[in-house]
Amino acid sequence: MGDWEGVRLHVVTGKGGTGKTTVASALAIALATGGRKVLLVEVEERQGLAQLFDVAPLEYAEHRIVPAAGGGEVYGLAIDAREAMYEYLGMFYRLGRAGRALDRVGFVDFATTIAPGLRDVLLTGKTYEAVRRRKDNGEYVYDAVVLDAPPTGRVTRFLDVNTAVSSLARVGPIHRQASAITSLVHSPRTVVHVVTVLEEMPVQETVDAIAELRAAKIPVGAVVINQTRTPFLSADDLAVARSGQLNRSAIAESLRAAALPDTDAFVDQLRQEASGHAKRIDLENDARASLEGLGRPVYELPHLTGAIDPTALYEFAELLNGQGAS
Amino acid sequence: MTARRRRPHLDVDHLIDDPRTHIVVCCGSGGVGKTTTAAALGLRAAERGRQVVVLTIDPARRLAQSMGLNELDNVPRKVTGVDVGAGGGLDAMMLDMKRTFDEVVEAHTTPDRARQILANPFYQALSSSFAGTQEYMAMEKLGQLRRRDQWDLVVVDTPPSRSALDFLDAPERLGSFLDGRLIRLLGGPARTGGKAYRKVFQAGFNVVTGALTKVLGGELLRDVQTFVNALDTMFGGFRERAEQTYALLQRPETSFLVVAVPEQDALREASYFVDRLSEEAMPLAGLVLNRLHVGDAGGISEEQAVAGAERLEALDGHELTASLLRLHADRLAAAAHDRRTAERFSAAHPDVPVAPVQALPTDVHDLEGLREIGRLLAG
Repeated sequence: MGDWEGVRLHVVTGKGGTGKTTVASALAIALATGGRKVLLVEVEERQGLAQLFDVAPLEYAEHRIVPAAGGGEVYGLAIDAREAMYEYLGMFYRLGRAGRALDRVGFVDFATTIAPGLRDVLLTGKTYEAVRRRKDNGEYVYDAVVLDAPPTGRVTRFLDVNTAVSSLARVGPIHRQASAITSLVHSPRTVVHVVTVLEEMPVQETVDAIAELRAAKIPVGAVVINQTRTPFLSADDLAVARSGQLNRSAIAESLRAAALPDTDAFVDQLRQEASGHAKRIDLENDARASLEGLGRPVYELPHLTGAIDPTALYEFAELLNGQGAS
Repeated sequence: MTARRRRPHLDVDHLIDDPRTHIVVCCGSGGVGKTTTAAALGLRAAERGRQVVVLTIDPARRLAQSMGLNELDNVPRKVTGVDVGAGGGLDAMMLDMKRTFDEVVEAHTTPDRARQILANPFYQALSSSFAGTQEYMAMEKLGQLRRRDQWDLVVVDTPPSRSALDFLDAPERLGSFLDGRLIRLLGGPARTGGKAYRKVFQAGFNVVTGALTKVLGGELLRDVQTFVNALDTMFGGFRERAEQTYALLQRPETSFLVVAVPEQDALREASYFVDRLSEEAMPLAGLVLNRLHVGDAGGISEEQAVAGAERLEALDGHELTASLLRLHADRLAAAAHDRRTAERFSAAHPDVPVAPVQALPTDVHDLEGLREIGRLLAG
């Protein structure tokens, strides 16, 4: 059993460029391992999942995108605020003609792009519905839902929809919908995982986002460190490289043994690269220490050269499972 | 690096030294270093003699501190430690979108009405949480800074939007909403024109307000209606302002810099942005390609480095150099990857000048770091 027993909604966030869509996808595969059924949801209308899995653009409908080991299945859904609005109007209000009239005067535009918080209520509302949906026999349709959420800077506001709309809709249907979402998001059935890389700004944003989530009483899940690299040099060599004292003549001698040019310029180039590498490793170690200080499970995924393809996602899923994700 | 055919070089110094350049907009997807680029460019321009103000939207704390900004107070502050020997100067500010919105309201209506609007719950939510408000207010503030005669160069960083294009569209969207049909409807039948018009309109109006009450609830609808009625005198103003700023962005005094890193997603966004700017006849100066790994000229190839490392690993006593060669091969591989990615962009956009900025081992936290980025930007 993994770290997230009883969790039904896994929200994945991270600073832009850290690979949160990759991690969300790998996590979905990891959670589906062993015959479970998992829904992977995107809300940013950028078709990131279709690109990553190399499948046709996802629609506003749940389709199976990939299998997982042991008979598991990952379904994908791209939530579109406009479609969600139509569905919402149809489902809750049975608005036929009036619904179309609302569209004509620009209400759907208003609700999906301008009205503060309404867009987020629509996006999270659909996710909420998928989390709670049951089959006729009473079992949940999905064993877990993974949400590829907005980046760290916006995630708390995105999830805390009730706060956003409460000043606005104090009673009424939007208020009820927002309250239902809020109680799920603040319950132990939800966790928010934060993806980062070992660089200063993303780490700082991770620390800030976790503080914000905690202040909003939203459960924090794991910190996922993406794109980690093993140092090329041993700890001893790194220490020497850091101080710029790597032995020139020894390097030149080895280069000759390797039948490579042993010019001073090349030797110095290698020494310089080593010292840059040592500084980088120091920064990464500091960053790792501050992430570990957050008191959450930390998962690491290695840097891969080249584009991430579906095969890499399975590899990442296995690594996540090996570190306790499920 | 070997000279590359077809890719024109972006001459950053020429851009910021040109007295006809008054606005530089840095745009691109999240996490590519837009704010850092804006700050570095502002500092460089100031130290080369321009009177510069940098408008940042949501800077990382350390970066803000590197310019001496510790609070978000919507007021430009002098940056200390700038070399003013060339007669320039640097101010910097962080955008407070709610305060900027409040100021727009106050400037366009009577104090009484302004108080009513500012106290309205719908206005409060709109001005502090609608994602597009940030884009709109960034453009509004840009216009204000430009109109003041205090600076001759405004460098602005764009909001961390869902997509890089949002900041071009959101002001228009908010402007059309505030001046549009829906808000007139919400304002109640009294606002919708003459008697005859009202008669024709009434039936449709009832259907719509009925549906709205059902969806939003009566209370929210009343808030929106009060807001709309209080906003009376400002109709037309919002869209007009959005259009003015849009026109300002199209003038030759403005230059757009699209910022990206050599990764597929960031460059895809950059491509969209470049295409969009050209469709809208917006003046594009070029692409800033941050965090570029560079391989050195005249060295050995990646394959040679790997082969050398393998040879040494089979021997005893050469562990250090073997790992140095592995590190070197990795650097060459990263440089080759970045070069291929950048070339793909240039093949699709052969006319877009590019300023490559080499990756630094550490992040920027002070003016010296920004200066270094500025030097790399200038090539």
